[in-house]
Amino acid sequence: MKLTPVITEHWDDPELYTLDGYKRHGGYIALEKALKEDPDTIIATVKDSGLRGRGGAGFPTGLKWSFVPQNDGKPHYLVVNADESEPGACKDIPIMMANPHSLLEGVIISSFAIRAHHAFIYIRGEVPQAIRKVAYAVKQAREAGLIGKNIQGSGFDLEVTVHAGAGAYICGEETALLDSLEGYRGQPRLKPPFPAVAGLYASPTVINNVETIANIPYIVDRGVEWFRQFGTEKSPGFKVFSVSGHVQRPGIYEAPLGITMRELLDYAGGMRPGAELKFWIPGGSSVPMLTAEHLDLPLTYEAMAEAGTMLGTGTPMVFDQTVSVVKAVTRWLEFYKHESCGKCTPCREGTYWITGVLEKFEHGHGTESEMETLTTLCGQIAGRSFCALGDAAATPYPAAMKYFSDEFTAATHTSADEQFDPIASYVFSGANVQ
Amino acid sequence: MTITNHPDTSTPKTVESVNVTIDGVEMEVPKGTLVIRAAEQIGIEIPRFCDHPLLAPVAACRACLIEIDGVPKPQPACAQVLSEGMNVRTQRSSEVARIAQEGVMEFLLVNHPLDCPVCDKGGECPLQNQAMSVGRPESRFEGEKRTFPKPINVNAEVLLDRERCVSCARCTRFAEEIAGDPSLELLERGAQQQVGTANDEPFDSYFSGNVVQICPVGALTSASYRFRSRPFDLISVPTTCEHCASGCSLRTDNRRGTVTRRLAWEDPEVNEDWNCDKGRFAFAYLNSGRIESPLIRENGELRTASWPEAMHVAAAGLTAASESAVLIGGRATVEDAYAYAKFARVVLASDNIDFRARATSDEEVGFLAAHVAGKKLDVSYADIESASQVALVAFEPEDESPILLLRLRKAAKKGVAIHSVGSVYSLGSEKISASWVKAQAGSEATAIAGLDLDSNSIILVGERAANSQGALTAVSEIAAKTGAKIAWVPRRAGERGALDAGALAGLLPGGRPIADPTARDHIAQAWNVEATSLPTVGRSGNELIEAIASGAVQAVITAGVDPADMPNGDALVTGIENADFVVALENHHSAITERASVVFPVAVVTEKSGSFMNWEGRAQPFSAAFREALTLSDAGVLSMLASAMDKELTGDTRALRKELNSIGVWGGERAGMHQVSAPVSEGTTLATWRLLIDSGVMQEGEPHLAATARPSVAGVGADLFEQLGQPEAITVTGPKGSITLPAAVMNIVTDTVWLPMNSSESHIYAQLGCGYGDAVSVKGGAA
Repeated sequence: MKLTPVITEHWDDPELYTLDGYKRHGGYIALEKALKEDPDTIIATVKDSGLRGRGGAGFPTGLKWSFVPQNDGKPHYLVVNADESEPGACKDIPIMMANPHSLLEGVIISSFAIRAHHAFIYIRGEVPQAIRKVAYAVKQAREAGLIGKNIQGSGFDLEVTVHAGAGAYICGEETALLDSLEGYRGQPRLKPPFPAVAGLYASPTVINNVETIANIPYIVDRGVEWFRQFGTEKSPGFKVFSVSGHVQRPGIYEAPLGITMRELLDYAGGMRPGAELKFWIPGGSSVPMLTAEHLDLPLTYEAMAEAGTMLGTGTPMVFDQTVSVVKAVTRWLEFYKHESCGKCTPCREGTYWITGVLEKFEHGHGTESEMETLTTLCGQIAGRSFCALGDAAATPYPAAMKYFSDEFTAATHTSADEQFDPIASYVFSGANVQ
Repeated sequence: MTITNHPDTSTPKTVESVNVTIDGVEMEVPKGTLVIRAAEQIGIEIPRFCDHPLLAPVAACRACLIEIDGVPKPQPACAQVLSEGMNVRTQRSSEVARIAQEGVMEFLLVNHPLDCPVCDKGGECPLQNQAMSVGRPESRFEGEKRTFPKPINVNAEVLLDRERCVSCARCTRFAEEIAGDPSLELLERGAQQQVGTANDEPFDSYFSGNVVQICPVGALTSASYRFRSRPFDLISVPTTCEHCASGCSLRTDNRRGTVTRRLAWEDPEVNEDWNCDKGRFAFAYLNSGRIESPLIRENGELRTASWPEAMHVAAAGLTAASESAVLIGGRATVEDAYAYAKFARVVLASDNIDFRARATSDEEVGFLAAHVAGKKLDVSYADIESASQVALVAFEPEDESPILLLRLRKAAKKGVAIHSVGSVYSLGSEKISASWVKAQAGSEATAIAGLDLDSNSIILVGERAANSQGALTAVSEIAAKTGAKIAWVPRRAGERGALDAGALAGLLPGGRPIADPTARDHIAQAWNVEATSLPTVGRSGNELIEAIASGAVQAVITAGVDPADMPNGDALVTGIENADFVVALENHHSAITERASVVFPVAVVTEKSGSFMNWEGRAQPFSAAFREALTLSDAGVLSMLASAMDKELTGDTRALRKELNSIGVWGGERAGMHQVSAPVSEGTTLATWRLLIDSGVMQEGEPHLAATARPSVAGVGADLFEQLGQPEAITVTGPKGSITLPAAVMNIVTDTVWLPMNSSESHIYAQLGCGYGDAVSVKGGAA
């Protein structure tokens, strides 16, 4: 399958991040079109396009927009979730750095569609480069009359606020993000009410991922038919895949949904010399790992679900034979323990407990019965926690056990570093791989 | 615990219901019912920690997971609303639910210290109990537990052992939702999540003790109870709070004859599940500094006497006087007040009686007779929630009736418009989103007349209205004009009951005018005396104090009266000094016992049964915590004294209550109010009230509580503060002297200065010699 650069098409233009650069490549034509449309028509277009959320859950975007009650007398808000913090995910930040206006144009069109007059872009606080790029884009857009009162004479008003997060993974959970945006400590909110009904400041709110919103101008400009020529019936369109790990050319590859991992691996130059694929993760550490036997599965929401995993953020991480699964799982759990917000018991206490046990395994001090304990502990978290963070934390261990239980058994007597020389897995280890 | 949603009874609505099945039991429940509440109704107890019926669901602890047919994941019963046809399976019929609950229970104990043997909560701990019922017999956790330095103070009275906390957020939600003091918050994240306050500032709340009570583990404890007792060593008695007119039901726990703690007792109609810190922690006075035996004055000195001797002396002294009077303070129970009312009229043949040991006015007597006496539950707590508007007149609920503040907050959240008529817009006013109807202290009448009320409005009148000439007249007039209902909220627990018991000159029990022949006949019959033998209208209020001071009244019986509470306290002390004969029934020494001829010790609330009538007119009965106490109630002493004077008066609480109840309330004509017009105020006036936690004598002996008191400051508006040159301190001067306190800028009308009435360094009657609404002079800096 061929790569289909759309959002990433002109990323080689160093001026793309500026308004002029973006316009040079046809930017803001979609906005002009959109502002002449009825907002409901745009919602219908997005619905018909079948665009699914690119943040991980894959919820149909148009459907989400249609949940916003109209003529309710309340202000509506669009919130862009740009808190990309998932281990392995690196696509939203590059989009914001290379092509911030595609996001911004999407924000303006989406706000127009859902009748929002104030949009917020909540960006992960640890990426000041991205924050600066987006803030600059907003400034230029405001100066050009693309944001503000009566945009391009359409009568539509929109204010855009760029907000920097304070460094919490949980704020990528949409309701925790809203709490954080409102100035509270970021913890997920009880649903219902759903954000579409009572979100930011208790008003109807749509929360979308950066990539999702960046798709909007292209769909509006080029049409449903064009969009649907990519991907599958259930997963239409294209996707910004970020491939990382032990490949020759890690990076961003924009391709239709349905491309296989084998193809992506090829685009990424294959495994580094002498390396063979051990396991890979389709979309962030929160989704279960797969192995070489799954390389020919199409990367779609439905095929990944069928294989017992998820497309997630669509950011494959590739690991070769030098990697200790025990160690990888331990690192991920340490991450979840550190990032658990503390609200609900299973995630707060479960990540604390599991991490401690995994660290024993990493040092070769695990026991057979603790392998069983870990399995039940993950079962006590999955589906029992308040939000998806707990579910994510309960994912790596059972998935690892499915394919690599031997490594855990070995970790009852031999440490991970003894089983796998850690130096060999480093990118600079070069020739040591073999 | 019960949910206290008070349906509007005036307009009966049909409640929509849904049909559901829980563990095979088919039920019909009102729409919106939570699974956990419905399960309770059929006796199924689902484990829970964060759930509290009076707090919004948060679904954080996950202990209550249940299975719902057709829903893939277990759902929290505390937040799951039942819908039509829902089939719920709890731990009783679902393996999934049972395992989920056990899993959560296991997790909850991972970082819990399991220090039950040294924990105050041990024995009454939901975590302990549910660990027994839902937990594993042995822990699989072998790691290192998270620890914290322990304990830390969240305020002077409340301590926190963070490692015991299960992050249920009941305390933080209480602080925000119920108390409106949101400074208690969860901090940090993950396993390090902990309760605390920003910058370690104290959790400043009059309701802080409630968080100790609702904590489902031993994380929050009180300084006064910590390590004092085990719950199973305690004897618990339901009681009624004696600290204010809110009428909170309490539970008094005692051990070996000493009160160890008091808790809020569930009373959905009154205090729901809450009480204030004064009601919870101010009980040390019960045990310390008591008068232990009768005393008589001999050669100018008090000496211990036997009961018969003291009775003999008291009877002789009272009989000798040609005119006597009875002054009772705010601590009297309904039954004791009734005994005083009857004793005055039957034994002393006098109508000189007053229960208002504070600033009073004749206008107030007229108001009480016309609008309050004998009107029970005319306005209730529930009515506050369904009113259209509530106007507060000379009334600061947070300080003067804190539980009423909580109900007003609830009402405000439901959209009831609240107006605060007065000179200060306080933090309390803010908490109930009140609109501010500005009025100079002491001249609220005009502002009251300008209120736009309707027939579904309620006017809550504080006792300070007596100091505001014309205010009560204005309240009466606007109520007549608009149909708004009136409720009078005195500060002390005994006042409302004393009024109905007839302990005010001119008013016989049940609000009967003593001048009314029918009313006199009623009472004469009930008391088995001739109507003609009942006295005519006697003296009350300032007139009575003047009569004592001038010697016109020669003998006085006092009970619970502290001259320091009265603007004319000096005159009263002089009068007592010069009176021929003074009998004091007291539990602690005071300026009066120092000058009394005979002193009888009487029982405190824990040693007697009785009832307090709260501001609603609701009698809240209580029984003695210590049944074997060797003290007599006021009524018991009066009964003996009556015998010594050859009269009959029962001292039995139950008999008195029965007698008073059978007399009932007055249904006849009420005297109209004598109209009083509003004054014109000039110069700077003084606004003042008693802070909830202050120098009151019933708060003595509890330093932790005292340390939570709000600081004594002199409050002025921003304009006056500028005029005075932004001083650090402000000096307020009255006829008697000055008070200098740190300056504070408040929302306060111009030309008004606010001082706490009886707090540290600020005792306004003693130091200034004037009171609420009086003219004072103000300057920046020290005197």
